[in-house]
Amino acid sequence: MIEFKPFVFYVFATLLVFAAGMVVTLRNPVKSALFLVLAFFSAAGLWLLLSAEFLAIVLVLVYVGAVMVLFLFVVMMLDINLARLRAGFGEYLPIGGIVAILLVLEMGLILSSGRFGPGRMPEPAAVAGDHSNTRALGRLIYTVYAYPFELAALILLVAIVAAIVLTMRRRKDTKYLDPAKQIDVRREDRVRVIKMPAEKKS
Amino acid sequence: MMEFATHAWNALPAWTQLTVFSLVKIVAILVPLILSVAYLTFAERKIISYMQVRIGPNRVGPRGWLQPIADVGKLLFKEVIVPAKANQFLFVMAPLLALAPAFVAWAVIPFTDTLVLANIDASLLFILALTSMAVYGVIIAGWASNSKYAFLGSMRSAAQIVAYEIAMGFALVGVLMAAGSLNLREIALHQAGGLHQWYVWPLFPLALVYFIAGVAETNRAPFDVAEGESEIVAGFHVEYSGMGFALFFLAEYANMILISTLAAIMFFGGWLSPLPPAWIPSVPVIGALLGDGVHWLLFKISALLFCFLWFRATFPRYRYDQIMRLGWKVFIPVTLVWIALMGATMFLTPWGFIFH
Repeated sequence: MIEFKPFVFYVFATLLVFAAGMVVTLRNPVKSALFLVLAFFSAAGLWLLLSAEFLAIVLVLVYVGAVMVLFLFVVMMLDINLARLRAGFGEYLPIGGIVAILLVLEMGLILSSGRFGPGRMPEPAAVAGDHSNTRALGRLIYTVYAYPFELAALILLVAIVAAIVLTMRRRKDTKYLDPAKQIDVRREDRVRVIKMPAEKKS
Repeated sequence: MMEFATHAWNALPAWTQLTVFSLVKIVAILVPLILSVAYLTFAERKIISYMQVRIGPNRVGPRGWLQPIADVGKLLFKEVIVPAKANQFLFVMAPLLALAPAFVAWAVIPFTDTLVLANIDASLLFILALTSMAVYGVIIAGWASNSKYAFLGSMRSAAQIVAYEIAMGFALVGVLMAAGSLNLREIALHQAGGLHQWYVWPLFPLALVYFIAGVAETNRAPFDVAEGESEIVAGFHVEYSGMGFALFFLAEYANMILISTLAAIMFFGGWLSPLPPAWIPSVPVIGALLGDGVHWLLFKISALLFCFLWFRATFPRYRYDQIMRLGWKVFIPVTLVWIALMGATMFLTPWGFIFH
């Protein structure tokens, strides 16, 4: 009888590999994106198994909840011509195949070099039930690694600003109304109440 | 007979006992939740009717009290129609994807100090992750139904939820800065001591932003452009009938209750009584009523849910660009400024006690 923890690991790992395979092989980009969501979920499950609950939840929150939503948003609106995408498939196959084989060989060489393996990287010691991964991570980030963390945050902020500045353009033909002006409108500017007698005396 | 039952129970392995026990607890949370969803729809129709000087449903059962049961019966027996060229699997999955996160989030909600299914340390993050997943049901429904109206509705909803999720997340950052914990139970316990200790006072702008963002995230009026019936028929669920539609409906109302519960726990002290503990007399019935308990949480949830219905009866629907402006240009700056202010006050000035 297989133990529970390895069983869960193999279930999530199989799902992850399957989903990742589907992402690159499926023809429909929307389905590929949905399988990518499944892949993220399986990865989050694996992290939970390592009692890294903060990373797992943040993976779901950021990648599944925000990044993939925007990704789907774009992919669904694109009208992708599948026939044209697949046109050069045979042409590029030899070069792509060689690169892929080289990559697999390199990965195999590195992984079989004896530096990796269950013996080299033993299972981390089990943590106590009240151990909080979130608290431990927060302590480290804001004390020991405060400067690298702030630097990374700053670089990301610059990237955000750059992305917005590069893509923003004011379209001349949009009929944009200033909301402040709309709110400032008073009744007297729009409606004129005229007093008049209800009926004429004849 | 009783003895035999105890023996049989003890003979089970420990993990089976745990599973059965957890399942019973889950049912004990979900059944009242589904019932309250049913009666929330009834309350909505009644309350809005009275606000509009009508009577509302009053035919089925005494004073209309069986109306939700009749609605459920009707929806159950309606035919489920799958549109031509729709993606069948995703079309069926979408309502489930909308409903499941709304239910799963209840696993970490503390009803009282001890009454919580899973008291995990990162429960606030867990809730945030799950509520952000709810949008998949809407997006997939819009895409899988192979209809332009449904697709437009889901696109609107996706953009809206992503926009308001950021403001909502920042509002929660303020709460966890004040409480120093991601655990919902501890956040509520930090507000002990009476009405004046609730986070709604020091974090008032964040509480306001959180609740309005919650209304927007659940696609409720005045932010219900995702189903704007005057423009895109019924939005993302236009192709759904029968139980598929009912599941979307259930998800929307379950999310409303969830948002109200979270607001009650994070800003209004959860199950804690508004009276300071010293004022509560140790009289049998009145003392228990005035003291902390799940009834206060239920009362606070109901009051916040009433606001949801009140908004729907009061405000006209926002225009789409106004929604985006409110989310990105008003709420996010407000929360950012308040968080910076909080941080500066807590660590640089002697008035940090305001935020605990």
